[in-house]
Amino acid sequence: MDSLARIFRAASGQVLASLVYFSRDIQLAEDALQDACEQASKKWPKQGVPENTAAWLHLVAKRKLIDKLRQQHSQQNQHKLQLIEDSLYTLSDTTAETDYEVPDERLRLIFTCCHPALNEAAQVALTLRTLCGLDVREIARAYLSSEAAIGQRITRAKKKIKDAVISYEIPHAEHLNSRLPSVLKVIYLIYNESYSAYEGQSLTRHDLANEAIRLSLLMVKLIPNPEVFGLAALMLFHDSRRLSRSSVIEPYIPLELQNRTLWDQAKIQQADHFIHQALEYKQRGLYQVQAAISALHSKAKSWDATDWVQIQLLYMSLLQLHPSTVVALNLAIAKANGGQLKQAYADVLALSDELNQYQPYHAARGELESRLNLYEQAIESIRRAISLSSNSIERDFLIKKREQLIK
Amino acid sequence: MQFLALIYAGENQDDVDLETLIAQYQVFDGQAGEAGVLLGGNALEAVSTATSVRVRSGISELTDGPFAETKEQLGGYYLLECKDLDEALGWAAKIPSARYGTIEVRPVMVFDQ
Repeated sequence: MDSLARIFRAASGQVLASLVYFSRDIQLAEDALQDACEQASKKWPKQGVPENTAAWLHLVAKRKLIDKLRQQHSQQNQHKLQLIEDSLYTLSDTTAETDYEVPDERLRLIFTCCHPALNEAAQVALTLRTLCGLDVREIARAYLSSEAAIGQRITRAKKKIKDAVISYEIPHAEHLNSRLPSVLKVIYLIYNESYSAYEGQSLTRHDLANEAIRLSLLMVKLIPNPEVFGLAALMLFHDSRRLSRSSVIEPYIPLELQNRTLWDQAKIQQADHFIHQALEYKQRGLYQVQAAISALHSKAKSWDATDWVQIQLLYMSLLQLHPSTVVALNLAIAKANGGQLKQAYADVLALSDELNQYQPYHAARGELESRLNLYEQAIESIRRAISLSSNSIERDFLIKKREQLIK
Repeated sequence: MQFLALIYAGENQDDVDLETLIAQYQVFDGQAGEAGVLLGGNALEAVSTATSVRVRSGISELTDGPFAETKEQLGGYYLLECKDLDEALGWAAKIPSARYGTIEVRPVMVFDQ
């Protein structure tokens, strides 16, 4: 991705949310933003990149939006136009970065994109597209789906929002509980997307992770709920290890080999605080259990000193809440790490049909096989993992592993 | 914005006796009327009274029965004036039959002049 595209993406969520807030029309807002990006592509290489690119795009996109609304000649648009024009006075391309925050408008948009009147797959795709600025190809990859299917899904979702008159508002208290799970799920998916930065060079797309955490912290402020706290804790625990996940020499370092002194204790403390707040509600939930697992890793002085028994119990609890083959795989890995290698390998083999296309399955299986001295099988599993990996850093890590096995 | 709330429920599926149900519907009518969202609505006779008509090659074909044979049948409707889907869904959830049946909410299509 070139640097312009990178800039556009970084700004797109904020700017688009603001444009949707004014226009109440996602498609129109996207078109206006697209026009602004095209203008930037022409102007910036000649005149230089403005200091605050996001504010520049916001300003130009708003003017484009005004043009588009005027062209529609609708009575309804008069009010919208007035609102946008008023807002232009408070914004210029010299606006300081810190003054350029539109969080509430993004929160509104996320509730719209995650409205239960849309099916779940559409909610996720639309949020990734509008709030994170991912393109259709990237969403298709994250979702193991085709670009055509994702494109159609997004188009249909936008049409339903418009035709079914889904509002651009944060829901009232009485509807909040039914609206919350889909929003949390989508935020978590955005966070996870930041880990599979198959497009870029760096394994963690910090901006996406930051985006997800920021949305999550906003949710914590707005909606005190155990799962909201749980999700914030979970992502902060993961994020506390950002620095130790790679080094100058090693682009990817697994948890087992990480330098634990690099873990961000402030983030761990913040996550711990959220987990304790969550537990006060005494309502078990998916994010809380996963955060508790992550908390155990954060507390352990070393890989060997990790409380694998407790982690196994938590994975079992997770399986009860949400039966899934990926969780079953993680339980098996926890068993292996706790010393039950043979039992773990039997569990992993039993999952081979369901997880045949899942890269981490083959990587984990290869790891177990090498520990069991089944070198031929291990080499085959790692080969399979390499072929399923679309992230160059991940692939290099696996190739290195395979080379060690062949020796 | 107008929304049609279509009330689907199995006949004789009511969880209360008819008098109580009618009283509950009157409460709903009162609330929705007072809030200014109620534009109209009616209960329909039993599905056994339904006749369906289709015109093919200029000839009316009549069939005894509803458009689709399903366990839950269209039993009535409300026409509501709401600002958005959430408000309409909020009112739909208050319709007494929502407790055991399903309320389908659809915006009324607006044709540009």
